[in-house]
Amino acid sequence: MNLDAALQTFIAESRELLQNMEQALLRIEQTPDDTDTLNAIFRAAHTIKGSAGLFGLDDIVAFTHVAESVLDRVRSGQQAVDGELVAVLLASADHMTELVDSVANESALAPDVRQTGQSLMDRLRVYLGEVGTPPAVAAKLPAQYHMPHTAEGGGQVETDLWHISLRFGPDVLRNGMDPLSFIRYLGTLGDIHHIVTVFDGMPAAAAMDPESCYLGFEISFKSSADKTAIESVFDFVSDDCQIRILPPRSKITEYLLFIADMPGEELRLGEMLVRCGTLTASELQTGLAMQHAEGTEPPRPIGQVLADAQLAPSPVIAAALEKQRQVKESRSNEAHLIRVDADKLDQLINLVGELIIAGAGTTLIAQRTGASDLLEATATLSRLVEQVRDSALTLRMVQIGATFNRFQRVVRDVSKELGKDIDLVISGAETELDKTVVERIGDPLTHLVRNSMDHGIESAEVRLARGKPAKGTLKLNAYHDAGSIVIEVSDDGGGLNKERILQKATERGLVSEGATLSDQEIYNLIFEPGFSTAEVISNLSGRGVGMDVVRRNIEALRGTVDLDSSPGLGSTVRIRLPLTLAIIDGFLVGVGNAVYVIPLDMVVECIELSAADRDASDRRYLNLRGEVLPYRRLREHFEVPGPLPRRENIVVVRYGQLKVGLVVDKLMGEFQTVIKPLGKVFSQIKGVGGFTILGSGEVALILDVPGLMNQVVSSAEIQGSSSNRLPA
Amino acid sequence: MTVTMTQRGSAPCHWLIEGEMTIYTALQLKDALLAPLDQCADLEIDLAGVTEIDSAGLQLLILGKNVLLSGHSPAVLEVLDLCKLEGFFGDPVLVKSREYPHES
Repeated sequence: MNLDAALQTFIAESRELLQNMEQALLRIEQTPDDTDTLNAIFRAAHTIKGSAGLFGLDDIVAFTHVAESVLDRVRSGQQAVDGELVAVLLASADHMTELVDSVANESALAPDVRQTGQSLMDRLRVYLGEVGTPPAVAAKLPAQYHMPHTAEGGGQVETDLWHISLRFGPDVLRNGMDPLSFIRYLGTLGDIHHIVTVFDGMPAAAAMDPESCYLGFEISFKSSADKTAIESVFDFVSDDCQIRILPPRSKITEYLLFIADMPGEELRLGEMLVRCGTLTASELQTGLAMQHAEGTEPPRPIGQVLADAQLAPSPVIAAALEKQRQVKESRSNEAHLIRVDADKLDQLINLVGELIIAGAGTTLIAQRTGASDLLEATATLSRLVEQVRDSALTLRMVQIGATFNRFQRVVRDVSKELGKDIDLVISGAETELDKTVVERIGDPLTHLVRNSMDHGIESAEVRLARGKPAKGTLKLNAYHDAGSIVIEVSDDGGGLNKERILQKATERGLVSEGATLSDQEIYNLIFEPGFSTAEVISNLSGRGVGMDVVRRNIEALRGTVDLDSSPGLGSTVRIRLPLTLAIIDGFLVGVGNAVYVIPLDMVVECIELSAADRDASDRRYLNLRGEVLPYRRLREHFEVPGPLPRRENIVVVRYGQLKVGLVVDKLMGEFQTVIKPLGKVFSQIKGVGGFTILGSGEVALILDVPGLMNQVVSSAEIQGSSSNRLPA
Repeated sequence: MTVTMTQRGSAPCHWLIEGEMTIYTALQLKDALLAPLDQCADLEIDLAGVTEIDSAGLQLLILGKNVLLSGHSPAVLEVLDLCKLEGFFGDPVLVKSREYPHES
């Protein structure tokens, strides 16, 4: 890989733009009149073409150019948006992605990709028809075309010049300011491409006051400065001078607005814009033709059109200004983002982890010495470290929305493929989770979504027969819950067939004959490896294909998955994942001489194990304010030697819907825990999720609460008295 | 802060401006200009002695549009160039070394 940095940026940006473009295309299919979205699509294509041109990527330029031309026609209202067009454009976006990928891999284009490109270009050209140049296009504008007040219509002009229009007030000279000096100063910000001096307001020699200023300037200006900087040039005269600044590539309508805003000068102004090189002659013509298109019979004199436009100039201008402000804002928002190598972030997190451990060591020593000023200092230090940890971790947090949005396309494509009409409803898109988790959740999610669409949602006829709307709905939802993130994939399809699952499971020996299982347990059987064979698909209407793979993927992320279903109403797959894979807030507990860490987010409360309950310690559950709480002694679980202490405590932990109690000797308080993975040798140990290093240098095991819970619950059930049915 | 407008030699329509053409001298200069402007069909003004010119001075030049200007001093040339008004006056001026992009 010897691509230079700029090209890398191009590739990354193009991919992002293409993703946005895809989203926008999917949106536009639903709301064809949404001009903002249309513009977003156009801009994406336009930007990619422009940047590709810089790198001499001719393939991309050539292809994108055609797509852009079509989009331009759509944008100017000459081409309606329909499903067909969106399909071609989506395929075009795919092709562009392929082109960008080939640039990224430095590989030559495969012949079939080239072929696809050709055929796509042909399909796109159909939309272009014979129409080529803008003036000819303008003549064909539909009669109802009107100049939109939001300055949306009309193409962008070709030049990249600012246009600055100045009309100095009569008192400028008397106030001691020289217009020429402003122009000289402007020259320091960029290149004055052309300037037209305007002195139409100057009266005849006799009436002219030599101390009044009659000058104006139309300037086309090439500069990379932003509008504020250019505006600031004229700060001193802003009270005394009419200043209009049009950014480069403004829309023709904006120029028209500008022309319209200059009473009595309209024709000359148009000419001047052309002379300045800000507009090309054909662009001016297009613009003026557009105005005529709005008019009735013979073209009215421009003066009149513009005079009419004067009736409501202020809202028009306000709209234009508002538009500009938004553009400016979105630009400044972009400037607030920086791209950072993920490796650098990982390294930062690692260092923060070490920092926490070192900090804990310091605190411990401070406590041992008992020096109060040292204690105070370490307290401040650990508070800061905690904040550093939190902000370092948020750096890695990304919203799940981007991942969810990718499914718009999947749902659209798969539903076309299956001939079903399915809507995707996304909620909780702003829920944040760790980047590594987001990256690895994509595949399992795709699998679940496809599965739901394929086998969950019935065909339109069946749905109608069951009294449901013909259009199926698939929901993706995400939310935070007790230190984990929950992702739900739900459909309003037929739900799972319990009997068939149970029957199949019995046949395959997954469940012993005559076993009583809860609904939950039955549904969750489809995540068992035995269910992923082709034969079962057809018998079981296909639910469960590769579900064990989904579960394995999720468990690899320390997550869990379970399924809810109600016959005829649909099913919901719920994925529960830890928020982060690196650092957690832990709760330290002591058993004998050993120290364990329980993830603090899962701790609900701590209570003392009452003497009565201790006496009845062959029982594995207790009465927690009227609730049955199964519990287990960690001492027994981990076979810690030593006598029972005089008092014991119960830490009540919750995961999902479940609550269990863990009996420990000592409660030792909160502790920032850097999770270190256990080696392969220990992978079979149940109930331990990793380890951490305490401030004293000792090692503490981190409890895997979900795993531990399952054991506690099942052992409580073996005791046979729990009515608290729990999922496997 | 002075300007003088004097007749060159004996020719009635050949004048010479010397000094600064600025807001400070504009009033004075305009009065001086008006008289010959009325009398002469082909007034020629020599600008070689102009030391400084600002917007007010420029306006006066524009006012006497039909006047033949000659001997532009560097100060005058700079302003005409800044405002791209060489063509407007149509007077022969020295070609500058700096090139300007042509509108296409």
